[in-house]
Amino acid sequence: MSIELKNVTYTYSPGTAYEIHALKDINLNIPDGQFIGVIGHTGSGKSTLIQHLNALIRPTSGTILYNGEDVWAEKYDRRSLRSQVGLVFQYPEHQLFESDVLSDVCFGPMNQGMSREEAEKEAKKALLQVGFKEKNFSKSPFELSGGQKKRVAIAGVLAMNPKILILDEPTAGLDPKGRDEILDQIAELHKVRGITIILVSHSMEDVAKYVERLIVVNHGEIAFDDTPRKVFAHYQELETMGLAAPQITYIMHALKEKGLDVDPDATTVEEAAKDILRTLKETGSPLLKGGHNDD
Amino acid sequence: MGIIKALKVGFDYFKYDDDGNIQETQRAVDDVSVDIQEGEFVAILGHNGSGKSTFAKHINALLLPTEGTVWIDKMDTLKEPELWKIRQKAGMVFQNPDNQIIGTVVEEDVGFGPENMGVPTEDIWKRVEESLSKTGMTAYRHHSPNKLSGGQKQRVAIAGVMAMRPRCIVLDEPTAMLDPNGRKEVLDAVHQLNRQEKVTVVLITHYMEEVIQADHVYVMDEGHVVMEGTPREIFSQVETLKKYRLDVPQVTLLAHELKKSGVDLPDGILTTEELVNALCQ
Amino acid sequence: MIRDITIGQYYPADSPLHKLDPRTKLMGTLIFIISVFLFHTIPGYAVATLFLAALIKISKVPVKFIFKGLKAIFMILLITMLFNVFLTPGEVIWKLGFLKMTKEGISLAVRMAIRLIYLVIGSSLMTLTTTPNQLTDGLERSLRPLNRLHVPVYEISMMMSIALRFIPILLEETDKIMKAQIARGADFENGNLIQKVKSMVPLLVPLFISAFRRANDLAMAMEARCYHGGEHRTQMKPLCYQKRDYVTYLILAAYLAVAITFRVVGI
Repeated sequence: MSIELKNVTYTYSPGTAYEIHALKDINLNIPDGQFIGVIGHTGSGKSTLIQHLNALIRPTSGTILYNGEDVWAEKYDRRSLRSQVGLVFQYPEHQLFESDVLSDVCFGPMNQGMSREEAEKEAKKALLQVGFKEKNFSKSPFELSGGQKKRVAIAGVLAMNPKILILDEPTAGLDPKGRDEILDQIAELHKVRGITIILVSHSMEDVAKYVERLIVVNHGEIAFDDTPRKVFAHYQELETMGLAAPQITYIMHALKEKGLDVDPDATTVEEAAKDILRTLKETGSPLLKGGHNDD
Repeated sequence: MGIIKALKVGFDYFKYDDDGNIQETQRAVDDVSVDIQEGEFVAILGHNGSGKSTFAKHINALLLPTEGTVWIDKMDTLKEPELWKIRQKAGMVFQNPDNQIIGTVVEEDVGFGPENMGVPTEDIWKRVEESLSKTGMTAYRHHSPNKLSGGQKQRVAIAGVMAMRPRCIVLDEPTAMLDPNGRKEVLDAVHQLNRQEKVTVVLITHYMEEVIQADHVYVMDEGHVVMEGTPREIFSQVETLKKYRLDVPQVTLLAHELKKSGVDLPDGILTTEELVNALCQ
Repeated sequence: MIRDITIGQYYPADSPLHKLDPRTKLMGTLIFIISVFLFHTIPGYAVATLFLAALIKISKVPVKFIFKGLKAIFMILLITMLFNVFLTPGEVIWKLGFLKMTKEGISLAVRMAIRLIYLVIGSSLMTLTTTPNQLTDGLERSLRPLNRLHVPVYEISMMMSIALRFIPILLEETDKIMKAQIARGADFENGNLIQKVKSMVPLLVPLFISAFRRANDLAMAMEARCYHGGEHRTQMKPLCYQKRDYVTYLILAAYLAVAITFRVVGI
C-alpha cells in the first residue's frame, strides 16, 4: 500500500496561464501510515503536487503508482482511487451542498455505490471521529461556524474510508483554539484509523508539532524531505524560499550563539522548554530559584 | 474625545420568520466602550464569533448601534444623515481580497472611492497616484486585480481606502486569507501608513503575532471587551487568553512554560530578543 | 475548458486600439458585425478578413489569445454547421439515409461559420482592448438618452461592470468546486441526461451560495467606500473624444460604405 511518483513533471500548457505552476521531475514514495507535512510558498507547486496523488491532474510525463499500479493506465479505475486517496480542499464552502450535514457526508460513500443506510453508518462514524456532535447532524451545513464546516468537509471525505487522507490547509481562517482542535482531531484520526495523513500547511509551528516527515516544495521541486528537526536546521535556506522555521528554532539558535549550550534543533515549545531547563540546571544558572523543584 | 469613541454600544442581530416578524434576537456586541486617539495603532483580538467584526462595522457606520453611541471625529453615527461622510473619515478593509475590489484595473479601483465622493477628475488622479505610491503598488497600476497575489490585492484595497484621505482605517481580519508572506506584506504596509501618514489604525485579527507592535489591545469575547491594555500587559496573561480561545506568540509561551518551571523571568516577554537577553544575562 | 472563454477578459497593452474611446469601439464593433452580414461573397469576406487582421495587428493582443475564445463556441459552431449542411434543401451531393448533404447547405454553413467566428473575434477584440469599466462607461454614455424613459442606465452599467469583473473569479471557483466534488467521487462526465443534470447539483449549490456571499460582501465594500448611487459622482476617466476617434469614425464610415457598395453591386 503506497503511492509512488516516478519522474513526474507537470507543465501548464503555455499560453493558457499567467502563472505557471510546474512540477519538475518529482520522485516521491509515500508508504503506509506516515504523518507527512508539505510546505512551500504560494505558487511553489505544492497544490499541483497533491492533486497528482489522487489523479485529479494528469502528469505531463512520468508515472504515478498506487500499490504498484499505474493510475493513468487505460483501464485503471480512478474513481475508486479517489475514495482511497481522499483529498480535502481548503475551503469547505466548495464542497458543502446538501440541506443537512448527514446527507452531505453521505454524498461520498453513496458515490462509491453504498446504499443510503450503509452510507449513513459510515457518515455517522466519520462525523463523530472528527468531533462533530450528533445533535447537529440534521443542521444545515451553511449555518455552521467555520470550524464546524471544516469538520463536516473532512468527514465528507473520511466517510469514504480512505487509506490516505490529504488535507490542504485545514486550519486556514480558524482562530487559535479552533486550529488546535482540528489538528488534534487529525492526529487522533491518524492514530485511531492508522491511515496516512498528508497535511499541507503554511504554519511551521503546526508541522513542527505534528508531523514525522516534512516535504518542502520549491519551484516545482522537492527541496527537502526529512524529519522536521532536520529540515528546520536548514532555516536559512528555507528563508530564501520564502519560508521560515518555527519561532522556537530562531530562539534556540540565538541562545546557542550567546553561549548557552542548548540543542538548536528543538522545534516545539515543549522540547525547547525542557532543553533550556536542562541547560540552566547544568550550568547552575542564578535564574533558577533554589533549584529544589526537580521534575 | 478621541477620533473613535464608542460608549456602551450594543448591537442585536435579528432573525426573522417567514412573515417578517422578529423570531430571535442575538446580541453580538454588548456594552462596548472604547476611546481611540488620533494616530494610535489599536488591535482588537478575539476568536471567531466574538463580536469583533460586528463591532468594527460600527466604526464605519455600516452597522448602527441598537444601544449606545458611536462618534467618529465627533460625528454621531446615529444622527448623521449623510453616512458617507463618516465612511470617508473611517475607511474599511475587509477579509476577502476578491470581494472588495470593484475595478477591473488597479488604478480604476483605487479611484472608486474618490469618484463616489464627487472629487474632481484631476484631483482623483492626484489621490490615486499618491495612494498607489504610499502602498507600493504604483508598478501594478495597469494590472488586473485578478492576476495579483493575495497580499497585493489587500494593498490595492488599502490604497483604495487611502485615496479617500481617511483619518482612520479599520482592517477587519485583512490577513485571514493570506499566506505568511502576504500577511507580512500587508502588515508592513499598514504600519508604514500609521507611522508616516499618522493614520489611526484599528486592526481586527486573531493572529497574535500581528498585535505585538500595537499601542493598545482590546480583547473581545461574547460581544464584550474582556481585556484591555498594552500588548505586554495582555500577553502576560497566558492562561486568561487561552480561556478566550486565543493564544500567545511561541516565544511568550516558551517564557511562560519556563517561568512555570521556576525560571526567574519577567512577565510578558514578546520577542526573541527579550527572551534571549533575559536568559543570557 | 472554461478557462478558454476570453469574452469579458481584458488584455492590458499599450496600443492605439486600447486608447480609443469606448464609444468609438462600440460603434466600430457594431459596424463590423453589420458588415459581416452585408458581405456574402469571397471578395467581400476577404475585405472583412483584411480589416480584422489589421485591427488584431494594431491591438497588440497575441493572436493565440484571440483564437482561444473560439474554443468556447466550437460546439455551437459545429451544431449550427451540421444543421445547415444537412437540413438545407437544394442540390444533393451526398446522401446517408434521410440525411442529405446539399450544395446550398454547404455554402450556407460556411457563411454561417464565417459570420459566427468573425462576430466572436470582433467582439472579443473589443473586450480585450477595453476595460470593463470603460466599456460600461461607453455604454452608459451611448445609452444616456434612455434615462429620460426612466431606464436606470447608470445602475445597469454598474451591474454589468461588476458582472464582468466576477466572471473570471467565478469560473475559477467552478473549477475548484468541480475538483472538490470529483475528489468525493462525483462524476460529471458519464451517465444519461437526467443523471448529468442531477450531477450538477453538487456543483451549482456551492457556486450559487458563493456568488451570493460575494455579492453581499461586495455591496458592503462599496458602501464602505462611500458609494451612494450615481448622483454627485465624478469620474476618474471621463469620456472625451480625441483626434484619433474622429479619424477612426472616418475609417469606419469608409469601411461601411465599401460593405454597402459590395452588397448593392453584388460582389
